[in-house]
Amino acid sequence: MPSEAGKKSCSDSKTNGDIAANFDDLHKPLNALQAVGAADHCIYCYDAPCIQACPTSIDIPTFIHQIRTDNVMGAARTILSENIMGGTCARACPTEVLCEQACVYNHGDEAPVEIGLLQRYAVDHLMEAGGAHPFERGKDTGKHIAVVGAGPAGLSCAHRSAMLGHKVTVYEAKAKPGGLNEYGLAAYKMVDDFAQKEVSFLLDIGGIDINYNHTLGENLDLQQLLEQFDAVFLSVGLGGTNKLGLENEGMSGVNDAIEFIETLRQTDNKADMKIGNDIIVIGGGNTAVDAAVQAKKLGARNVTLVYRRGEDAMSATPYEVELARKSGVMVELWAKPATINGNGHVASMAFERTKMLNGKLASTGETIEITADTVMKAIGQQLDIAPLKGFEIAGGKISVTADFSTNVSGVFAGGDCIKTGEDLTVQAVEDGKQAAHAINEYLTSGETHNG
Amino acid sequence: MADLGCVIGGVESINPFWLASAPPTDKYYNVVRAFDAGWGGVVWKTLGIDPPVVNVSSRYGVHQDTGGGVIGINNIELISDRPLETNLREIEQCRKEWPDRVIIGSMMAEIDEQAWKELAIKIANSGVHGIELNLGCPHGMCERGMGSAIGQVPEMVEQTTRWVREAVDIPVFTKLTPNITNILWPAEAAKQGGAHAVSLINTVNSIVSVNLDEMAPNPIVDGKGTHGGYCGAAVKPIALNMVAEISRAVETQGLDISAIGGIENWRDAAEFIALGANALQVCTAAMLYGFRIVDDMIDGLSSFMDQKGYRSIEDFRGKAVANTVDWNELNMNFDTKALIDPDKCIECGRCHIACEDTSHQAIEFKVSDAGKRSFTVVDEDCVGCNLCAHVCPVPNCIEMVPVATDKPYLTWPEHPLNPHKADPINSQ
Repeated sequence: MPSEAGKKSCSDSKTNGDIAANFDDLHKPLNALQAVGAADHCIYCYDAPCIQACPTSIDIPTFIHQIRTDNVMGAARTILSENIMGGTCARACPTEVLCEQACVYNHGDEAPVEIGLLQRYAVDHLMEAGGAHPFERGKDTGKHIAVVGAGPAGLSCAHRSAMLGHKVTVYEAKAKPGGLNEYGLAAYKMVDDFAQKEVSFLLDIGGIDINYNHTLGENLDLQQLLEQFDAVFLSVGLGGTNKLGLENEGMSGVNDAIEFIETLRQTDNKADMKIGNDIIVIGGGNTAVDAAVQAKKLGARNVTLVYRRGEDAMSATPYEVELARKSGVMVELWAKPATINGNGHVASMAFERTKMLNGKLASTGETIEITADTVMKAIGQQLDIAPLKGFEIAGGKISVTADFSTNVSGVFAGGDCIKTGEDLTVQAVEDGKQAAHAINEYLTSGETHNG
Repeated sequence: MADLGCVIGGVESINPFWLASAPPTDKYYNVVRAFDAGWGGVVWKTLGIDPPVVNVSSRYGVHQDTGGGVIGINNIELISDRPLETNLREIEQCRKEWPDRVIIGSMMAEIDEQAWKELAIKIANSGVHGIELNLGCPHGMCERGMGSAIGQVPEMVEQTTRWVREAVDIPVFTKLTPNITNILWPAEAAKQGGAHAVSLINTVNSIVSVNLDEMAPNPIVDGKGTHGGYCGAAVKPIALNMVAEISRAVETQGLDISAIGGIENWRDAAEFIALGANALQVCTAAMLYGFRIVDDMIDGLSSFMDQKGYRSIEDFRGKAVANTVDWNELNMNFDTKALIDPDKCIECGRCHIACEDTSHQAIEFKVSDAGKRSFTVVDEDCVGCNLCAHVCPVPNCIEMVPVATDKPYLTWPEHPLNPHKADPINSQ
């Protein structure tokens, strides 16, 4: 039986007027008046819970106090000293489950301090002011580190390593730096080419070279890196995508959501993007939401986000799920992909209704059918382990110790490619920062940290 | 509803809210707007002997709280810069159109008997209810031997007050400067000179801020600045103390008090009345928000009086004076302990860090295994200083609880630890 979503699909006219305007900033930046008001709301807690909730441990009460005293540059330095990608994190972090959830105002049923927007206000102020890079390169140690992958973890590691006096060469598979900041975040979170501006700001510290179009296992050899460099940091992210394991998965119109997000990010004029009328997005994470909301913004008539469990189990934050609904996305829960139907091109998908039975997901026997000319899969990514021979892999990811060292001497890893990777920019930045300190320890003490 | 009518120096007013001598009372247009808004009276902007003064640009600097709110204004404006005759004709016009409102004429002159007397007579002839002597302006005019240059010398305060008393037969208000070591000296001098009332405080000598780009004090006049007169909410505590001093002193008893200094709302007004003020003058708050603020001043004061059962201002005027004592009269045996309500606490830690770093290390901070932060007062270490309750952002979360005691009221002069304790045998 076709779902409501399927029934309504009857026209090929697009529904969403001004495409460019649809991709404006999701959260408008604060102006000076708003920033003063927002900063004044902060209680300046002692040993603040928000600091602990931030994966990079930004001293939030201090930077907000600095905004309050009109020391906005100082506020930005406070943020960037812990998180060199504070600009992206201010835009993309799910603050509602991190710092802002920890804000003590939540105890009083009051709205938390707008930490994310204040962080953006401060960092944007510094970046827009230009001038000298706020951090100095450390005294040259003569050591040279290779970083594989110019995403948040790799660039964070590179920057911190430069601060510690090491020379860094970064190898990046794609033609541009930034990783998921550049390719994987929704366009309305990263307007005005911010990812590139941030990388260029970060590189201003000096001592970091980036070689593009270098892919591990293709034109980049790990063994050679080990011979050439004093240490290697792997921050390759997750290149592969998970499969549904259904027949017809290769059918035209069935794609990965991250490809769609990436193509959209690399398209300057969003109105040039082709979008179907009836879109199914499969998955329960923020990638699924990013894809669904953006499909809607491009004018797709019916966008249905299908997830096999209940809303509580979704890894997308409640705010993101609400954003999807507000954007006109239909959220279909308790439905598991069953078949992909179509003649050459996808025409619909059937889903089995599910329920929890004795703590396990089970089919109810009922099925629904949803019309689709486009299916986007957002069911997770996986590490391409082919080029990582000799590395200990656990749960599909690179095993590291507490100091981010792998089982291969001199090789460290962080970001989404390690087992603790959380698919969060802010966690990747923290990994890179901590790994840089671990590498520094390794290089300066001359000891290996693994057996 | 409570009766807000009051009498000061023999002048009756429909309510105690007057506008102080300042830019808001500069001319007919403003004064009419003020009366229309409900103000009981105005003290017209200070008049001098022609030719009128010339003012500079700009004239105001402000002191702000962290949220950008203005808590104090510093001004370098002089007295009325319009011809005396123009002002007097406008005063006559206002008196005619608003017979139930008070107009006091403020004046200043150099220390010369004829100058004071001739000007006072001219102003009195315009129909004002009384004359206020501006002996307080701390900027510009004092450099010409007027304002605070006179107000800082008690003999001159007495002299000028006496001259005006001799010249006119309407009430005389002597306005005092706070820029002195002891407010009682000029207040006593005013009384000796025959003043019916004192008005205080005039502005506090100040530099409100420094422009760090131009390296000059604000407000800047072509690259340079000067000290000015500070007013607004920030000076209220100074004014409250000086009003209380005059209310308490035997030497100044019987002087009516027109209280001035940071009165922004009905509560400020009630506090000054409780310390003995007969009427009030407002300026800064009106400059910041407009004359409309008088609505809530009137409404709030009468609601407060209704709640407390005060039918008239006299019912509670000076009621806090007897409880305002010297430190030596406080009870050394009284003790309070802070009590934090864990249900209201939002776990910000402000009380802890304030006590830990700057007081008596009496608030314990613990984090449970579940991450819950708790703050508990250690009674043995708490001295009841109040700091925690003041820094706590949650209303009524920290209460100061008196410790039950059967000890008698004991002052420091009687205290056993006082090395100068009066010896009961030798002092007999």
